[in-house]
Amino acid sequence: MFNVDITGELVAFFAFAAIIIGGSVLMISLEKVVHMVISMAAAFLGLAGMYVLLDAEFVAFVQVLIYAGAVSILMIFGIMMTKHGGGDGQPARPLYEALVAVGALCLFGLFFYAIRTTEFPDAAPSAAVAEDNTMAIGELLFSGYIVPFELLSVLLTVAFIGAIALAKKGAD
Amino acid sequence: MLPSYLTLAAILFCIGLYGALAKRNAIIVLLSLELMLNAVNLNLVAFSKYGVVPALTGQIFSIFTITVAAAEAAVGVAILIALFRARGTVDVHAFDRMRR
Repeated sequence: MFNVDITGELVAFFAFAAIIIGGSVLMISLEKVVHMVISMAAAFLGLAGMYVLLDAEFVAFVQVLIYAGAVSILMIFGIMMTKHGGGDGQPARPLYEALVAVGALCLFGLFFYAIRTTEFPDAAPSAAVAEDNTMAIGELLFSGYIVPFELLSVLLTVAFIGAIALAKKGAD
Repeated sequence: MLPSYLTLAAILFCIGLYGALAKRNAIIVLLSLELMLNAVNLNLVAFSKYGVVPALTGQIFSIFTITVAAAEAAVGVAILIALFRARGTVDVHAFDRMRR
């Protein structure tokens, strides 16, 4: 496992992993809410790089547009519309937070054990890598997955109308 | 390479779980949920390249997940704004009317 040769993919993987984990840990530990959202946007951008590394260019662009763009801006607007009294405040229940941390660590231990003990059979390499990732995804999306695609468009419409109705109700 | 991606996704998921359960600011709780969904997306895309049967299906699934996550974020922020109008705070510990 550990005597792997250093390849470009490995170096890029560890660089992006450092960005992602650093961003998410900063998101947990920073004081101000806006700084948390900015570090989270950095983690989202690192994940987009990871998708490029995994030959998923279209998903990477969707990640940049939706997460690093739309969701981060939406969260910043949410922060602007609400009031935040100087950081997260004192931890009211330190025992509870410690218990949650222990639980998350135990879950990670379980995941790590399961990943290390599983034999992953080698696949035929680059069998599915299409020449034009976006075109292949588009063809698949509009041939095999047309019903979930339409259901998702209905879901998005309903969700956005619902969001407008929810946020507008108390204004007048 | 597949176990490395899976381990990274597990780390992300656990950080997101801790944030969703322990943080008091509701916006940070929503962000932690997004982080957990992103970990799942990373797993899907990793399996679509390194799985037993490499296929584009994993990427399609991850696009669907991103769409649902965007809808969830929009509705979540809208509910948050409505709650803030009603209660004057975004502390999740203040939203306990249904428990009492």
